[in-house]
Amino acid sequence: MQSLFKRLTNRGFVIGVPYSWLLLFFLLPFFILLYISFVDMGSDIHPFKPIWDTETGILHLKYENYTSIFRNGEDGVMFQTLYVEAYIRSVWYALCTGVLCLLIGYPFAYFIARSAPSVRPALLMMVMLPFWTSFLLRVYAWKGILADQGVINKLLMAVGLTSEPIQMLYTNVSMLVGMTYVYLPFMVLPLYANLVKMDFRLLEAAYDLGASPFKAFWLVTVPLSKAGIIAGFMLVFIPCVGEFVIPSLLGGPENLMIGRVVWDEMFASNNWPRASALAVAMIGLIIVPLAIYYHYTGDAAPDAHKS
Amino acid sequence: MKVLIEKHFGKAWMALVYLFLYIPLFFMILFSFNSTRQDANFTGFSLRWYEALGKDSKIVEGFWLSLKVALATGLLSAVLGTFAAFVLVRYRRFTGRTIFSGMVNAPLVMPEVVIGLSLLLLMVGIQNAFGWPERGMLTIVLGHTLLGMAYAMVVIQSRLMEMNRSLEEAAMDLGARPFQVFFLVTLPNIAQAILAAFLLSFTLSFDDVVISEFLSGPGVSTLPQVIFGYARRGINPTIYSAATLLIVTVTVVIVGYSVWVARQTRRREREIAAAIRSETATLKI
Repeated sequence: MQSLFKRLTNRGFVIGVPYSWLLLFFLLPFFILLYISFVDMGSDIHPFKPIWDTETGILHLKYENYTSIFRNGEDGVMFQTLYVEAYIRSVWYALCTGVLCLLIGYPFAYFIARSAPSVRPALLMMVMLPFWTSFLLRVYAWKGILADQGVINKLLMAVGLTSEPIQMLYTNVSMLVGMTYVYLPFMVLPLYANLVKMDFRLLEAAYDLGASPFKAFWLVTVPLSKAGIIAGFMLVFIPCVGEFVIPSLLGGPENLMIGRVVWDEMFASNNWPRASALAVAMIGLIIVPLAIYYHYTGDAAPDAHKS
Repeated sequence: MKVLIEKHFGKAWMALVYLFLYIPLFFMILFSFNSTRQDANFTGFSLRWYEALGKDSKIVEGFWLSLKVALATGLLSAVLGTFAAFVLVRYRRFTGRTIFSGMVNAPLVMPEVVIGLSLLLLMVGIQNAFGWPERGMLTIVLGHTLLGMAYAMVVIQSRLMEMNRSLEEAAMDLGARPFQVFFLVTLPNIAQAILAAFLLSFTLSFDDVVISEFLSGPGVSTLPQVIFGYARRGINPTIYSAATLLIVTVTVVIVGYSVWVARQTRRREREIAAAIRSETATLKI
């Protein structure tokens, strides 16, 4: 009897510690975010008003924080706002980064998976190593490489391909280079994990049956690695949508992405309710592809991340 | 012929991608030793940027703060991650399990901006209600730990799942109490994963900009925040020297860790082989 009681308290303790931590630091903040996204903007000292009217006590939800994301005022054109543009731009760049990572990462992961088993750990470690050094510093390095007076431009001019520097920094080119560079390992690792398990005799069978290398690749290898492709794509796409640092360092003023917009609403405009509403909408943007992902894989969270 | 082309193409492709991955690192290491501020011309070897690094009080203070924050985050994440992994692997059924697993995993896919913003709103709320805590080191650690714990959980969970439970059952049969079983059997078995989880959350914290930017107060800046501030203003080779020191440290730690893991594995294999040998020897007698 006593031991049963003891076991129950042990169990309660083990579950209780992480549970209460998460309730306090994950769920509660989320509800506060949701709450503030429905209230009116306040003054500088009290950045938001309570959700009820202080005189009459009537509940008052301010939906306008959300509707104004999609429309400027009452008579604006639907979907023609800075916010919608920033959302679309974020999704578009995240998609581009995903495709670029796939194009570069797929052959890369494939060749690692096909190399001799004895060298594979070393090859993988070489993928992981830059990943453990500061992401911020590696992004920063591209600034020096892509600058007007940077290495690439100097090289191009020395070879005579161009007479004056091509502007690469602070454009969408530099931003995509930075994002592809940072997120490439997120694509390579799940793809490798998938490809290394593949039975390459299936490819030989396809060759024997007369398939061309391209056809065999397209009809055998690619379908078999579908799970890895989807997982890698999600791991690149999701963090890219909310990316804040890379666009700030490498993007130009016209590459305003949604993470930055939330930041500006919060700290430049001091509009806490608007920032909260934008953040909630951002979660919605992430949930859709995630739901599709779970639907297809039935998997727990895509946790290949950094492990 | 086909195989030959594939082989060469493969080697070339791999070389190019590795080049792409390592160019920024080589670039920073090289130009951290440059004698002038220029980025494209190496004008001569000097250590002036390392000197400048040591004299830059913002960077030095940021470094110590980041180190403290990362250590605290690593420890806290490893402990909480162990708890969370244990709950998810061992307690298959309890009320609210779905919510629990959702909450543990969610920070992995949540944009950092959203995590930072919602935690900032919480901290402001708590501060308004209790007058504590000031935004600073503590709030940054709490924010980083939310993320670090999720990663730590993933690492420890996978180790815990492949652990052989009969070891624990054997200990229990031999009369060990649950606490003894955990500390004498389970913990040594997952120690390697816990160390990896610590290193991972330490690195995440040491590198984080966004959450720190939301949760730090006036006058409190972690190293990445200082660097981010410099980086937005332009190019500063001092940062290259900081990067070089970091690259060297990380390489040493990672290589050291892999050697340690490889040695541990070999030792375990040797011990298992020895045990099997003595077993068969006894059987023969």
